[in-house]
Amino acid sequence: MVTAAALLKRNVSKTGIGAQLGAILAAVVLFAVFLVLQGKSPWGVLADMGIGAFGSSFAWQNTLVRAAPLLLTALCTLIPAQLGLVIIGNEGAWLLGGLATSVLGASLPPSWGIGGLLLSLAAAAVAGGFWIGLAGAGRQWRGVDPTISSLLLYYVAWGVFLFLVEGPLRDPQSLNEPSTFPLPKEFLMSSLPGTSVHAGLLVGIAACLLAWFVFFRTRLGFDARIVGENERLGATLGLRRSLLVVGACAVGGACAGLAGGIQIAAINHASNASLNAGVGFSGILVAFLARQRPLAVLLVALLVGGLQASGGFVQRDHNLPDATISVFQGLLFLSVLWAEAFRRDPSGGNK
Amino acid sequence: MIKKIVLLAAALTAGLGLIGCSHQSQQKASPGGKVLKIGFLYVGPKDDFGYNQSHAEGAAEIAQLPNVKIVEQENVPETVDVEKAMEGMIVQDGVSVIFATSFGYWDHVLKVALKYPNVKFFHCGGLYQADKDPPNVYSYFGYIEEGQYLNGIAAGYASKTGKLGFIAAKPIPQVLENINAFTLGARSVNPKATTTVVFTGGWSMPTQEANAANSLIDKGIDVITMHVDSPKVIVQTCEQRGVFVAGYHADQSSLAPKEYLTGAIWNWGAVYKTIVADIQAGKDPSHFIRGGMKDGFVKMAPFGPGVSATAKTKIESVLGKMMKGEFVIFKGPLKDNTGKVVIPAGTSEVQTDPVLEKMNYLVQGVIGSTGM
Repeated sequence: MVTAAALLKRNVSKTGIGAQLGAILAAVVLFAVFLVLQGKSPWGVLADMGIGAFGSSFAWQNTLVRAAPLLLTALCTLIPAQLGLVIIGNEGAWLLGGLATSVLGASLPPSWGIGGLLLSLAAAAVAGGFWIGLAGAGRQWRGVDPTISSLLLYYVAWGVFLFLVEGPLRDPQSLNEPSTFPLPKEFLMSSLPGTSVHAGLLVGIAACLLAWFVFFRTRLGFDARIVGENERLGATLGLRRSLLVVGACAVGGACAGLAGGIQIAAINHASNASLNAGVGFSGILVAFLARQRPLAVLLVALLVGGLQASGGFVQRDHNLPDATISVFQGLLFLSVLWAEAFRRDPSGGNK
Repeated sequence: MIKKIVLLAAALTAGLGLIGCSHQSQQKASPGGKVLKIGFLYVGPKDDFGYNQSHAEGAAEIAQLPNVKIVEQENVPETVDVEKAMEGMIVQDGVSVIFATSFGYWDHVLKVALKYPNVKFFHCGGLYQADKDPPNVYSYFGYIEEGQYLNGIAAGYASKTGKLGFIAAKPIPQVLENINAFTLGARSVNPKATTTVVFTGGWSMPTQEANAANSLIDKGIDVITMHVDSPKVIVQTCEQRGVFVAGYHADQSSLAPKEYLTGAIWNWGAVYKTIVADIQAGKDPSHFIRGGMKDGFVKMAPFGPGVSATAKTKIESVLGKMMKGEFVIFKGPLKDNTGKVVIPAGTSEVQTDPVLEKMNYLVQGVIGSTGM
């Protein structure tokens, strides 16, 4: 994972779209081979994956509910990637964001209503931003590899999270499943009218659009990308690299933290060990499949959300092991990384 | 460039959607209205030699019944995943009964049950409250601490050092009840026996479980039992290191033919059969289904070679009392391991007593702390 990430460390979006699609196709073919080896008809399974992801209104809602947090957790990798940093500690920011929302949300007076919800979500963004900001600061001022440090920070976050949730912050009522106090119902996020999809989807879409606008339509974003492309050029131009690097990490972390907070406010209502379900890690996959492009994240999150949504259906209808969808996700990720690696000449430049 | 990606991805999405729509018409309707479709959800793998396997074995038993069709989904996290998995079973597979077998599914079950009032939801371990929970929710669980008490007797006799070990996930009431029952069982035959407890912090942490087993054995502990989702690694470690092990959840004797003493195991097949029979007969099952040895909810694994004749006789005599409903594990005077009286003399907390579901102490003889 880390080596693969290192391959992508620079010039993350230089591969052509053709190679990218070729990689996806290759993953589908490899997956079909895997299915045949399992004694299944690839057509039947692939068709059911379509049904499970997009075949009905229920399937669409299932897909969208899974895509919603991925939009935000993907930005945790994508935003620092514009500056050439590979961040993979998304899950840590997600966990601490969820915890921050739980803690603040359960202690504010319920009468604050929507204001209380917004404050609790802001706390999530601050917590996530601080956490990934640490990885950025380590990179900038101490030369610590941010890929490794962000991953290690996830383990620290998970330890802190478990200690607090099952210790000092535990709701004594949560007997057999130690959890924090639940949010008051005044602070819960509602679903979009007529669906089971929560409003976090809109937040995620807005965040991706905003990221695109900032990086591709503003001076700040341009500066950031220059620093990402060529550190020396950035320095020559007098760009404040430290601010940009730490800032990008913090903003990325804030996105993943916000995703965790929304998860609490919309779905879980209290923090417990079940929050650690890999949504942050899936965000890394989404960011890479989207080639670190904010608008492409919108579609890739939909596809990955669909893939995860179809997992249960495929498992139940074809009696395939649960790992089937993970195998496909893994193949997708590897194919995309290989496509990047093959296009790179040994000297490190691009063809 | 971005336009191209957007177009291609949109085409891909639409293509998948089309395949989906065209295929949906081919989905088979269940023949005849009489077939009962049942969905099972597991939090871990179905073949974990433990908690999930015990439920999957029960599911396999009812799959054999006439007019029953089951669908299963394993490794379902206790998040929105389980809500969508249950809804998927209802909407996409047409199930009318759901068994949500992990404790952490409870809140999600309550939420989804409101949306599908015609589907019956059975949840393992929840505390159903008739005044606030939906009428189509049912909770079931078993008094498996009886099995841990008997494990304790086997351990108390088998141990040479009198030092026993218990590897547990988290200090929650269900787990504390098992640790205490095991210790009381052991001390009923060896009053000097102690149980050293290690909490791993999670339900499925094979590395920590193996480390815990090894470090307990290094300390001179010669019988180990556990409360984790999959005891496989612990049982294998004990077999390799040559110390006795008492199992939990499912029968692990095949993993440790020399060292396996016996085990406290679930008998979900019997429970599921009763529930399904009730539903097929048009009866509404109880909303709070509980039972122990007497009711066939739990049973003991066959004795291994390390269980002496004396131990067998003692276990069988206690088991006989349990089968008659005469045996009380938690009764006063009982002190916790800090010396505080937790059950005064003359008080008996029978297995149905709700106070047991809030247990927050470790009894005298347990070395360890609840951290609460």
